[in-house]
Amino acid sequence: MLNPQLNKNGELQHLLTIEGLPKAIVNHILDTASSFVGISDREVKKVPLMRGKSVFNLFFENSTRTRTTFEIASKRLSADVINLNISASSASKGESLLDTIDNLAAMHADMFVVRHAQSGAPYLIAKHLIDTRQSHVHVVNAGDGRHAHPTQGLLDMYTIRHYKKDFTNLTVAIVGDILHSRVARSDIHALTTLGVPEVRAIGPHTLLPSGLEQMGVRVFTNIDEGLKGVDVIIMLRLQSERMSGALLPSAQEYFKSYGLTPERLALAKPDAIVMHPGPMNRGVEIDSAVADGAQAVILPQVTFGIAVRMAVMSILAGTHG
Amino acid sequence: MKLHIKNGRLIDPKNNIDALRDVFVVDGVVAAIAPAGAAPAGFVADRTIDAAGLVVAPGLVDLSARLREPGYEYKATLESEMQAAMQGGVTSLVCPPDTDPVLDEPGLVEMLKHRARGLNQAHVHPLGALTMGLKGRALTEMAELTEAGCIGFAQAEEPVEDTNVLLRALQYAKTFDYTVWLRPQDAHIGRGGIAHAGPLASRLGLAGVPVMSETIALHTIFELVRATGARVHLCRVSSAAGIELVRAAKKEGLPITCDVGAHHIHMTDADIGFFDSNARVTPPFRSQRDREAIRAGLYDGVIDAICSDHTPVDDDEKLLPFGEASPGATGLELLLSLALKWADDHAAGQHRAEGGAAGAGAGAGPLSRALAKVTCDAARVAGLAAGQLSPGAAADIVLFDPAARWIVEAQALASQGKHTPFVGYEMTGQVMMTIVAGHVAYQRPPGPARS
Repeated sequence: MLNPQLNKNGELQHLLTIEGLPKAIVNHILDTASSFVGISDREVKKVPLMRGKSVFNLFFENSTRTRTTFEIASKRLSADVINLNISASSASKGESLLDTIDNLAAMHADMFVVRHAQSGAPYLIAKHLIDTRQSHVHVVNAGDGRHAHPTQGLLDMYTIRHYKKDFTNLTVAIVGDILHSRVARSDIHALTTLGVPEVRAIGPHTLLPSGLEQMGVRVFTNIDEGLKGVDVIIMLRLQSERMSGALLPSAQEYFKSYGLTPERLALAKPDAIVMHPGPMNRGVEIDSAVADGAQAVILPQVTFGIAVRMAVMSILAGTHG
Repeated sequence: MKLHIKNGRLIDPKNNIDALRDVFVVDGVVAAIAPAGAAPAGFVADRTIDAAGLVVAPGLVDLSARLREPGYEYKATLESEMQAAMQGGVTSLVCPPDTDPVLDEPGLVEMLKHRARGLNQAHVHPLGALTMGLKGRALTEMAELTEAGCIGFAQAEEPVEDTNVLLRALQYAKTFDYTVWLRPQDAHIGRGGIAHAGPLASRLGLAGVPVMSETIALHTIFELVRATGARVHLCRVSSAAGIELVRAAKKEGLPITCDVGAHHIHMTDADIGFFDSNARVTPPFRSQRDREAIRAGLYDGVIDAICSDHTPVDDDEKLLPFGEASPGATGLELLLSLALKWADDHAAGQHRAEGGAAGAGAGAGPLSRALAKVTCDAARVAGLAAGQLSPGAAADIVLFDPAARWIVEAQALASQGKHTPFVGYEMTGQVMMTIVAGHVAYQRPPGPARS
């Protein structure tokens, strides 16, 4: 299993991570997404590309927002969508993850959109589908543990491309809890794949994983230095449980040290854009003046997210394993 | 019962023998070692075994094999794992106390020993729990447990959180001259970690176990050993930094010994690949630099022994996302080949370093060097008389074909644990016969050559 997300013809069979994804495939997804952006403005917001296909949203970890965007994307492609919220506790009581998959596959699922608290869970599902000769079923990783959130990474790239056109002269800063963030990892891989010359990670040592440099990232602990001259700022959500794990003393001190304020935003390029995967903690990682300001592109990210997920799903549906 | 094993290449590292020698066994004991044709006067064999082309060596001594009894019979039973031991040429097993219930009462130890004796295969040497329930609070009845058959005391995978308890445990053990077996891991740093803390774990988003989890624990243990004089065996040291600390402590003269897991000699964190749960083990596979330090430490003697760290895990506990999968790999049937592979790799490295000159260095050959780590050196660590073929020693013997190659196939393993990161790998060295106390406990059935 050299690269489990590509089939033997090098086509996208599953979307599990952006790491190792050929640049041509990333660009193909972004180009396809462009063609879908307009659909949402039409009177009839639907195309028949996945008519008759069944998409199962398997959320082993709750996320109303991400699940909703996948649901909308599926429906705009005319697919039938089934939502399953399988919380970790009920899964541990009952059947195993792979038993669940076998059952749903027996209902003739065409695609699984998987969110799981464990890094690598979608790989286990993809491998199981291959091992059980069900390679017509596709897997989309909708976020696994700290590992990857590839559709978020792709929609972030779509957003950056929309506003900045060219990746090869950009400086991009990712700010916050890199350690626990699957979004940060997917963004880093996507940015380096697309040729961004400088990717920065900004945060306190307690929230920076070791080995970031090996991923091609320049690390800053001082946000003022890290934001100097950047074109794009990607803010990360700070989970409240970080305060109880002795990683941070308080949300107030975090905001004081790393919150994105108008003063700090002024250190970036004048036309810098501000992104956030949502949901935002106003007053913790981002000041409302910035979140609602002219440079924020946080709501367009959501809109583009639908088109990017439509692109990913329609491309996968057109691939035969 | 008299056995005559003839024409074999006898390798007995304890007695520094590597030569064509016949072995004569009487009533379960090695009676004589002699060149071909020099049988002891009046010796008439009941059975003669032709070992031409095979190595004849002491049965292997494994310093860590989980048999999963009592309590985890769904993962493995004494029957299945003893069979695995026989097929791996392992005749003495040291078993950690993390069964269910924990081996903290003499009755449980007696029961386990009794069950094992009934099978008449490998000798089972349990480690008693150092603290009740392995909880790190109250001491166990170490004298009673020793009487029941424990050869030392351990905490298995549960670090003692309270250093004062560990201090007292070592003081108490020292009183009776018992050995305490500890796997160096800090109780807090790296807790919940599932992979070596490093670039790979960061990339895959796996919680890390930093090397300092091991080194901090080693510093604490050494300080307690200095204070108490207790003898400590360090289980499965995994890092270059840890091995350096062990080296310095040995040089200082502390009464310590040390083993590594056979898997860790060959695997690194990169073998996790795409979240392969077969590569989920404790301690985690570390970096290439750490692996090289393990190999070098074995060679220069800082690391005394190689253990299989045999840990059968059932399918349901492995077919899970990496972080939810149970750690552990099956190892009894791989121990010999993994030890041989280390020595072969090392010899090949030496050969290259010397510009391809023939006859790589003096001293023991690679086979003898590998066998020492799983026979006499392991026996010395455990305080056992096993692991040697001196006249008068128990006739625990393995016969193996040093040149035979075989592919690791999960379903072909005798162990109930079918999970190993070596599935599909080619191994060298095939056990053909295992003799325990003079009786043939396993003979490889004739079949198609796997070479």
